[in-house]
Amino acid sequence: MSIKTYRESIIEAMVLEMRRDEKVFVIGEDISGGRGCGDFDGEAAGGPMGLTQGLWAEFGAKRVIDTPISETAIMGAAAGAALSGLRPIAELMFSDFFGVCFDQIYNQAAKFRFMYGEQGATPLVIRTMIGAGIGAGPQHSQSPYSIFANIPGLKVVTPSNPYDAKGLLISAIRDNDPVMFCEHKALLGMEGEVPDEAYEVPLGKGRIIKEGNDITIVAIGQMVGIAQNCTSRLEEKGISVEIIDPRSLSPFDEEIVYDSVEKTGRLLVVDESNPVCSFGSWITSMVSDEVFSSLKAPTKVLTPPHCPVPAAPNLEATYLPNVDRIVEASDYLVNYS
Amino acid sequence: MQLSRDKLLDAYTRMKKIRVFEETMRDEFAKGTVPAFIHLYIGQEAIATGICVELTDQDTISSTHRGHGHCIAKKSNLEKMTMEIFCRADGLCGGKGGSMHIADLSVGMLGANAIVGANAPIAVGAALKQRVTGENLVSVAFIGDGASNQGAVFESMNLASVLKLPVLFVFENNGYAEFTGIDYHCGGGDIAGRAGGFGMPSYKLDGSDFFAVQEAAAEAVERARKGEGPSAIECVAKRWYGHFEGDPQHYRTKEELATIRRDFDPLIIFRQKVEEAGLVEGKDLDMIDEDLSSQVSSAVEKAKNSPLPDVKELTTNVYEEGSY
Repeated sequence: MSIKTYRESIIEAMVLEMRRDEKVFVIGEDISGGRGCGDFDGEAAGGPMGLTQGLWAEFGAKRVIDTPISETAIMGAAAGAALSGLRPIAELMFSDFFGVCFDQIYNQAAKFRFMYGEQGATPLVIRTMIGAGIGAGPQHSQSPYSIFANIPGLKVVTPSNPYDAKGLLISAIRDNDPVMFCEHKALLGMEGEVPDEAYEVPLGKGRIIKEGNDITIVAIGQMVGIAQNCTSRLEEKGISVEIIDPRSLSPFDEEIVYDSVEKTGRLLVVDESNPVCSFGSWITSMVSDEVFSSLKAPTKVLTPPHCPVPAAPNLEATYLPNVDRIVEASDYLVNYS
Repeated sequence: MQLSRDKLLDAYTRMKKIRVFEETMRDEFAKGTVPAFIHLYIGQEAIATGICVELTDQDTISSTHRGHGHCIAKKSNLEKMTMEIFCRADGLCGGKGGSMHIADLSVGMLGANAIVGANAPIAVGAALKQRVTGENLVSVAFIGDGASNQGAVFESMNLASVLKLPVLFVFENNGYAEFTGIDYHCGGGDIAGRAGGFGMPSYKLDGSDFFAVQEAAAEAVERARKGEGPSAIECVAKRWYGHFEGDPQHYRTKEELATIRRDFDPLIIFRQKVEEAGLVEGKDLDMIDEDLSSQVSSAVEKAKNSPLPDVKELTTNVYEEGSY
């Protein structure tokens, strides 16, 4: 056990799985970097965010494959390789880029098993960066996981800390279905205790971050940390909050949410996706269907407004759900009558 | 023409099987027994066959919405393939794929694909095995002239060229992108010529001539196996039927159809060539014809009499069992 960043945890998961299974390989843009630059033959960057640092040095160009900027070809080649028995980790540098390659993800990889039967198993991981918070603007800051989770055949995970990032990535690589691994760019430098050996955090299992009695907050990705930051202010108001990190959106751990809402009677979801058809609204819908009689107040979803992510720092700060809004919404729900 | 007698008979069998099968599908579709819609491969038999005779079971192909011919040329199980077209439980994909989504991975057939051009990157992905695990395989993408304009195809050609992957981009120029002619839809008018821009050797040939296709395939496959990278082969052979069955084909003349059926019949051309060269006797081919008629009609009868999938199968195989 040692202290590692979210970024280091992701790299470590890939390294351990590549050592374990020669069929695992990584493909994407600039994942080593520097190919074709004069006599340069090494690792220039390990990705623009350093998320593949050291892989090329250990595994070489046969298994750490730099590509042209061609997301359709990358995703499609990864899908075809998975269908053919390899276990690709394909990097979609920013999740916003799904718009230029989604056919290969949702019409191809996600459907092979259904269209072709069991022979269509597709053990594919798509690592992709989500989230606002660093001023990257409308085309590099989105969190389209609700769209991914809408697709039958895709699995979707949203690690909120270094421990889960490593364990979920290892599970995703060992899984026999396509997994969208949504890593949050604002969390890359986050530190936490992470075991050195390989371990799995199972897909579809949520975690209770903090126990409480008055209100359940389900928070996704970056929102988990923001929800945790509300705890003391809520306790000052005499509100005991239970915080759940689903970790995995598809499959989703419904039971952990139902059990909590049955105890607290109140549900607030904090979700970074666009509000219309957001994943948060799906959670509240399931809760209304299944444990309606336990509810003491309406369910509520906090998301950004229905607009693209702005570049201006003041606007971006206003865009994201924050401690004030979570405290205000919790207060409202607990005192609802 | 350096093929053995066995190989010639095998090639003829594959081509003729495609013809008989598709004619039977045409008739069944007219009777209303075939679910949804189908796209016939007649007129292009020499393309799939000329390529696939050069492949092994380990080699892979990715196919199109017009995929019946590719399945047969790659030697998919005929009965199970027919069952899939009729959406039956015992079909190759359990009946949930149907005509446009047949796959048979046991023979390296990675699937028909109903998204035009989307199969090209998938073939590139299969070819990555040569690089990642050192497997000796060749991967083929069959691409229509319509699909040749898709970005997915260009990206695939570039990636295969950059990574020197063992891919054959086989362009089946059948003259029409759905209802739109090649003279309108293809910028520059020369599909094979585009390969040069990716540094790829290319061929442009008569796709109704099995031997032209096979000779180009043999060269391209050899290069690919040696690690010398991808090739493009444009095979020109107009389709004999519509985009889909039921297409009234207002966009072309009856004279054109009569001409291609008279002058560009891949089976007649093959027969003439092998008989003239004294490689195979006509009666040997006649015997194959007879045998295939009964094989195909028995497969179709069997398919029609086999059960549809159980309703419980609606939600199976979305994810690995027990994992969701």
